[in-house]
Parts: sequence; C-alpha cells; structure tokens
Amino acid sequence: MTIHTAAPHDQAGATVSTARPQPKKRRGVMPYFHCFCGIVWREVLRFLHQRERFLSALVRPLVWLFIFAAGFRQVLGISIIPPYETYVLYETYVTPGLLGMILLFNAMQSSLSMVYDRETGAMRTLLVSPFPRWFLLSSKLLGGVAVALLQVYTFLAIAYFWDIQPDWDPLQIGLGSGDNFVGFAIPSPFNGYITVLPAIVMSGLMLGALALFMSSVIRQLENFAGVMNFVIFPMFFASSALYPLWKIRESSPILYEICGYNPFTHAVELIRFAFYGQLNLTAFLVVLGCLVFFLGAAIFAYNPSKGLIGRRGGPGGGGPRG
Amino acid sequence: MDATIKQATTASDALSVSGVSHRFGELKALDNVSLNVPAGSFTVLLGLNGAGKSTLFSLITRLYDNTSGSISILGHDVRREPTTALQYLGVVFQARTLDADLSLLQNLTYHAALHGLGPREGKKRAFEALDLVGLRDRADEKVRHLSGGQARRVEIARSMLHHPGLLLLDEPTVGLDVGSRESVIKIVRDLVSTHDLGVLWATHLIDEIKETDAIIVLHHGEVLYSGTVPGLREHAGVDNVSDAFRALTNQSKRPEAA
Repeated sequence: MTIHTAAPHDQAGATVSTARPQPKKRRGVMPYFHCFCGIVWREVLRFLHQRERFLSALVRPLVWLFIFAAGFRQVLGISIIPPYETYVLYETYVTPGLLGMILLFNAMQSSLSMVYDRETGAMRTLLVSPFPRWFLLSSKLLGGVAVALLQVYTFLAIAYFWDIQPDWDPLQIGLGSGDNFVGFAIPSPFNGYITVLPAIVMSGLMLGALALFMSSVIRQLENFAGVMNFVIFPMFFASSALYPLWKIRESSPILYEICGYNPFTHAVELIRFAFYGQLNLTAFLVVLGCLVFFLGAAIFAYNPSKGLIGRRGGPGGGGPRG
Repeated sequence: MDATIKQATTASDALSVSGVSHRFGELKALDNVSLNVPAGSFTVLLGLNGAGKSTLFSLITRLYDNTSGSISILGHDVRREPTTALQYLGVVFQARTLDADLSLLQNLTYHAALHGLGPREGKKRAFEALDLVGLRDRADEKVRHLSGGQARRVEIARSMLHHPGLLLLDEPTVGLDVGSRESVIKIVRDLVSTHDLGVLWATHLIDEIKETDAIIVLHHGEVLYSGTVPGLREHAGVDNVSDAFRALTNQSKRPEAA
C-alpha cells in the first residue's frame, strides 16, 4: 500500500502535506449556507438511495386512498363544512389527512433514524461540527421536511390522476383587481398545490421537532412497532384526518375533546384549509406554538451543558461506557 | 504565515485536559483527569473497556460539557470557544459513521459542508484527503463496497478534511485484520510527522504502542501514569509494557461505583 504524503500527485496535494493552515475565521452567512445545504442534501440523497423506504412511504397513503377511502365512501356522508363549498367525496376529504400521515410517518422514521444514527455515531459526526447546535438540529429537521415534500408531491401527482384535486378560484398573483388586474392567474388544481406548501413545511417541521425531541428521550432503538402503537396510531386516529370532528362529537364527546388537543388535528386542518387557499387561524397558531415548544425542547435536550444527553451517558451507547 | 502557525502550535499543546471529573448519577466515570497531547506527538491512551476513554472523548468532542476542570484544543477552551476549538478537532469514532449507500466522495463532501466548506472546495479537499490514505481512485464507489480497513482509512481522510491540529481516534483498529491494522497505524503515524498533528490514540491493545510514543494509562477514570514508554516500565519496575500495565492497574483496585 502506498501513502501519498511525501510525494503528492499535484500542486493541490502539496499544500496539504506541508503545514496545516490556520482554519479560517467563520464569518458571514456562506459557511452556514454550505452547512445547511450539505445536511439537507445528505438527507435527500439517503432517501433516494433507500428505494424500499420511498416505495413504502408512497404505497401507504395510496392504499388508504384507493382501498380504505373507496370502501368508506358509502359509510360516511360528509356534509358541507368549511373549507368545502359543496358536498365532497370521502376521498377528497381524506386527502389532507393522508398528507398529514405522510408527514407523521416521515417524521417518526427520521426520529428513529436519529436514534439509530446516535447508536452508530452518525449523529456524533453531525454534533462535532463547529456550527451552533440549534443550527445543526434545525437544518436536520429541514432536511427531513425536504424528504417529506418529495413524498407529498409524488402522492398529489398520483391523486391528480385519480381526480382528487383542489377546486377553487384561480390564484391571482399580481396587482389590482377586476378589469384592472395586472399579473397572472394560476388555475386549480395548481393553485392548491402552491398554497398548501407553507402548511406542509410548517406541519412537517412541527412533527419533525416532536420526533427530534423523542429521539433524545428514547434510550435505544427498539423497533418501529412501539412508536406505531404509542405515537403514530393514537395521533392519527384521534384527529380530524379520517373523519370530521363534528362526527366524532356525535359519538363520543370525550374523544372530541382529545382530538381538539391533538396537535396533529391542527396540522391536518391547516393543510386542509391551505389546500383551498384559506388560512385556518386557530390551526396555524396551534401548529406554530407546538413547533416552537417541541423545537425548544429538542434543542434543550441536545444542549451539551443542560441537556438530557450528558446526564444519561448519551449517544454512542445506552449508558456510561468506557 | 507558516512561521506564525508553527509558533502558535508549539506554544500550546494540541490538547490539554486539566482536572476534569465527570459522573453519571452515582457512577464516577472520570476522576480529576489531567493530560496533555503535544503538537506533533503520537500519544497513546491505554485503558481497558470501561476505563473512561469514551467519556473523555465525549467531553473533548463536546457532546456534553465537563462540569469541572477544563479542556482546550490548541489553546481554545472547549466550553468558552466551542466554535474555534471544534474547528481544530478531527475525530475518528469507534463506531462506523460513514453512509454505506453513498460514495466516498459524497461522504467526504458532506463532512466538508459540516465545516462550512462549499461543494467545490469540499471536493478539492476530499481528493487531497483521499490521497493521504491512498484511496483516490475509489472516490466514486459506494462505501458499502469497501473493506473494514479501507472504510477506516476513509474515516481518517474525513477527519483530516478541515486540516485539524488535533486528531482523536477511539479504538480505530477494533475488528480489523492484521494487515489493515498496520496500514491504519502507519497512515496515522505518518500524518503526525508530515502534518505536525497531535494524535490521541485510545486503545487497549498493547502491541500498537511504539517505543517513542507518549503514553497515558487510564484506569477506572483515573490517570495512573503519563509519560514515556521507557518511563512506564521503569515506574512499574518491569521490563515490558504489558506487565507494567498489569502491575499499575492491579495496584489501584477500587470499587466499580464510587
């Protein structure tokens, strides 16, 4: 085996093998930008390489849409509730809920991958970067959201051909109104695909922050079943994803209350209204509040001096080791 | 510019740990640990499993903070100036930390990004670093296709990407065959002389120690010896390192949990 230290191949190599240059002072936003892009890019790249994960992430909501929703259509009649202006098919009602489901599964899966990362050391590689920890963790969250966006829009593209599309007035981007309008209009369904984007990003961040916090609390990677039973299923079923809340109230006032306190309900409602170009203010505020709270808790948990990690023995194993 | 750097690095140690204690609840993992890794030295941290090596590494890499004592990397305190201190630090963790499905180059440019380097600079440095470990021609292969020893060499390349002054290696040869072990050790020893690098090499394998190395013996969270290899034998009054290590660690029996 040869080691090319004394005789580098080229000029670039020569600078390495002489003296170690002083690391440059970190100034300006460009290093932050590079770091952010690097983290997001890695998340996306890893996702695209795991073909089974992509496939199962896509098949799951499609099964719900094509099979569950088709069967359920006859059982459940949806009356006209905002944001819908007409009677809608059950498939149309459930689509925002399924978008929420994509976000929920993606967040929990990335949370588990973080526990796994922590055990294998990839999380430590991230945390040894000189950038502030809140920045690293937030970038990682946005990387997870980028992966979720790929899934969401692939799902919406398939749903489009199943004739599930938002249908409302063209979205006008420009100045003036009526005859004086200058600009362009985006017709349905593309207007909905655009207005839903900020709601998806916000909900994805909120669920991702919850998952990130969970990843700091979960000691060791057990299996996905525990997270499914104790987090995903209760959050998904006790929400407005599958049935409108007034329907739930008819059958169980207690469950209705629980659903109201479930942040996932509000994430779904935020998405549902945004899909039709409307802002559900309550949902927006709840999602924003939860996002701030969960992100704060996660950053606190990963804080080197105050956090839970140091107290417990931290990543690299379940407890104090040699 | 080179002259000023030389001065700065010889003026202070690559790593200086003084009076660091750390406990996990009842268990005292580190007890008043002080040690130095001079620039341009290969320092072996010798200790059995459970001696406190990984806890020490977690504190140096600032996974969590030391509550007592201080740790500084090239004169920069890890708690007070984490950004600068971590810029000078390169680490090879015990666990495999490369993404198996990504190529060598993708792994390295990701790490360059974590240090704020853009794609072009990252790529340039990745090739330079792969040159150091003799894997330039495998740059576009997936890590999955590498042998254990080759993956380790990539991790060494990765830890050198941002031109650190201190390199930490946590039992880097665990699970490698004899040939790979030798090549990994040789690469790191060469880096010490060519890059004026301070290396802290944690191990429990005595045959990895060379006569000229600095050696630190850590046992049950305490530093039992710190100095030269001949000094260690003299200290213990025996004529080989294994016996010296055994003699030292037998003397200091103490309960598992303090």
